[in-house]
Amino acid sequence: MTDSADSPLIRVPEMGCAPLGSDAEIRLAGLWETEPGWRGWLSTVDHKTIGLRYLATAFIFLLLGGIEALIMRLQLAQPDQTLLTPEQYNQLFTMHGVTMIFLYALPVLSGFSNYLWPLMLGSRDMAFPRLNALSYWLFLFAGLFLYASFPLGQAPDGGWFNYVPLTGRLYDTGPNIDVYALGMVLLGISTTVGSINFIVTLFRLRAPGMSIDRVPILVWGTLTASVANVFAVPVVSLAFFMLWLDRQFGTHFFDVVNGGKPMLWQHLFWMFGHPWVYVVVLPAMGIVSDALPTFCRRPLVGYAPVALSTMATMLLGFGVWVHHMFATGLPTLALSFFGATSMVISIPSAVAVFAWIATIWLGRPVFNTPFLFFAGFVLLFVIGGLSGVMTAAVPLDFQLNETYFIVAHLHYVLLGINVFPVVGGIYYWFPKFFGRMMNETLGKWSFWVMFIGFNAGFFPMHIAGLLGMPRRIYTYAPNMGWNTVNLITSAGSFVFALGLLLFLINVLVSLRRGAPATENPWQASTLEWAVPSPPPAYNFAVIPVVASRHPLWEDWLDEGAGRSSLETGYLLMEGRETLGTTPLDARPDVILKMPEDSYAPFFLGLFSSLIFAGLLLHAWDFAGLMIMASGLSLIAWLWPSKALVQRVPAVKPDKGVAHV
Amino acid sequence: MSEIIQLDRPLPVGSEGKRAGGWWGLLALIVTEGALFGYLLFSYFYLVSQTQQHWPPQGLPQLGIASLNTAILLASSVFVWAGERCIRRRQLQWSLASMAVAILLGAGFVMIQFREWGHKHYDMTANLYDSLYFTITGFHLLHVAVGLVILLLLLLWTALGYFDDRRYAAVTIGGVYWHFVDVVWLFVFTTLYLTPYLF
Repeated sequence: MTDSADSPLIRVPEMGCAPLGSDAEIRLAGLWETEPGWRGWLSTVDHKTIGLRYLATAFIFLLLGGIEALIMRLQLAQPDQTLLTPEQYNQLFTMHGVTMIFLYALPVLSGFSNYLWPLMLGSRDMAFPRLNALSYWLFLFAGLFLYASFPLGQAPDGGWFNYVPLTGRLYDTGPNIDVYALGMVLLGISTTVGSINFIVTLFRLRAPGMSIDRVPILVWGTLTASVANVFAVPVVSLAFFMLWLDRQFGTHFFDVVNGGKPMLWQHLFWMFGHPWVYVVVLPAMGIVSDALPTFCRRPLVGYAPVALSTMATMLLGFGVWVHHMFATGLPTLALSFFGATSMVISIPSAVAVFAWIATIWLGRPVFNTPFLFFAGFVLLFVIGGLSGVMTAAVPLDFQLNETYFIVAHLHYVLLGINVFPVVGGIYYWFPKFFGRMMNETLGKWSFWVMFIGFNAGFFPMHIAGLLGMPRRIYTYAPNMGWNTVNLITSAGSFVFALGLLLFLINVLVSLRRGAPATENPWQASTLEWAVPSPPPAYNFAVIPVVASRHPLWEDWLDEGAGRSSLETGYLLMEGRETLGTTPLDARPDVILKMPEDSYAPFFLGLFSSLIFAGLLLHAWDFAGLMIMASGLSLIAWLWPSKALVQRVPAVKPDKGVAHV
Repeated sequence: MSEIIQLDRPLPVGSEGKRAGGWWGLLALIVTEGALFGYLLFSYFYLVSQTQQHWPPQGLPQLGIASLNTAILLASSVFVWAGERCIRRRQLQWSLASMAVAILLGAGFVMIQFREWGHKHYDMTANLYDSLYFTITGFHLLHVAVGLVILLLLLLWTALGYFDDRRYAAVTIGGVYWHFVDVVWLFVFTTLYLTPYLF
């Protein structure tokens, strides 16, 4: 290669320090800060802003789904209630499931990961900052799309797993199911591009020295979930698209009369659905694996087994989907196989549980709010896991299938493993997000009210199920023996909601009046705590060089692996730049040019959402127009740019004409 | 893993070949799109295995035109590959010519595929087989159309002098997408045209 060392195509990255207030630091801030005002608001690609948007939007959906649940609990508190009509109840339980599972559970974890990954990995942004923005806009628009028909009384009403033939044109004539089908395809695009972003970020954007065995467990969790999404999301998008074709164009995939098979829907849905269950819990388990050790004042016990069991869970998770279909008349051999896999999956889960217990046992626990949420999570995980093993047994599942026992199980798993770590995670990272501590007294109150309310609300559901109460019924007769358990459940659900409300009040109060936080208030070990709270736009003034799994605990642990260099590192400030490293060993590989803020993601997100609106309303010309608009936005986005050195620079350095 | 990392090596700047983020992103896209086609073909085989209908209902598929079309699509991949190679060897004119031939072949595939559709006297609502046939080939044709737009853009960008032997990541990335679309066709062709002869 004839390029000299200072050519625009190759250079030796300069090392140095850039303390706060130095010329270098001010220049970096100028390069990375987003323009104030609505322009910056629409065009920002800062992963921290996008992460917080994800978190806030997901919490709004959590509140909506929660209100839906409370209305249903009012209806079910006593027998023969008439608060809701059956159709209203159908829409409520469907939207409750859709909201919690698709619009809250994963997006809230994406919010954490978007915010934290570059900070944990020692990078200045995600691998594809604009794709990150697109992923958020699509999530927001898909959420609005799914909710748009709710006020008109035309929301999805076939349950979140939407079985055919009930949801075929013959039995569900309104637009309800079409809204769900198209909304899910749209949301699938958001999930897919977000997942691809995480995967490439992990393999390319770690700080030098952060070899693959030194990344935090949250990163393992989100990576595993993202890889699973890349394989699993297409199947549900395809299933919903085929259902939409069946409903709107008269194809026959699920049409029983003409040879279509309803079981195809169940297979396709659960081939996606079961991996998805792990997608919405593994990153949350990662939150606990990273944050719990901070409060036990020792490293996580069994880093490698926990990382491996994370991936093993997902791998097995692709082979258990039929346990949702035990009662469909499949051959016994198939049932035995899937029942066995479903039981085996408890082994990697148990590895993680024992690792957390051992960490608490061998550590010196500090009993503050985040610790309570993480320890509470371990208990709820064990209960939810046990009822999971029970339903993995085929004969017992025949008995319990479609009863409230299943509802109890899935809520223990999803709230226990998702909501508790998420709320604990907010308490833990709030100082990093906003530079203020959350109120500890109110925090402990919120934990105990949530924990007691949760168990009072959901444990009796096990009993309701064993007493034979089917799920998804809008009311029940007074002589069924279900009155007491339902009343307790309803009361518990309101207590739980009160606990969540205390948490939200704490967030709002602490945002204004919380005690100012230092850069590392919990004395934690990972890189995100090495930058100021809240972090500057460029994250790291210099790209650090990492020498161990716990860069901030090295002096204390003294593992003898050398010392990380956090003050001195790569400056990389000729435009927005960060370092690309090799996938496994994290050796410096390339100086990556990062994009400026851009409107392209917003417009691409808007136009592609309007395509789906056009399809829903049968406005074919409009949809065609929006396809053109999306295509043009994408071409503008991908047009090779000189700033990103995607095309050759104008002056060729080997001609020897440049004297600048 | 405590070996010393050399920190003062010269490093390439920006989108350099397979170091570019886009290359990695596209590989991930190929995995997820490959999975999509995998599930499409799963649906086909599942329904075939469960159906009581005569399969395919209109008798065994004609292999002639479809085989020719397969050859055309594979040839286009060769020209895309050659086009990238010419850029690497600083033969921009040859690269442009090669890419143009690839686009013509790709367009030829689309036209022949439309003819093949036209020969069928049914549409996707006629029966289960036709629903599957038109959906699967339709998905693939859509990917070919997107691939053609990408190839046209690469041709334009190369003609505008954006690329030379030092920076041409877009050509590598766009090219591998086209190869992917071609490989998918082999699976689609095998499934829809060859397997009915087996059982």
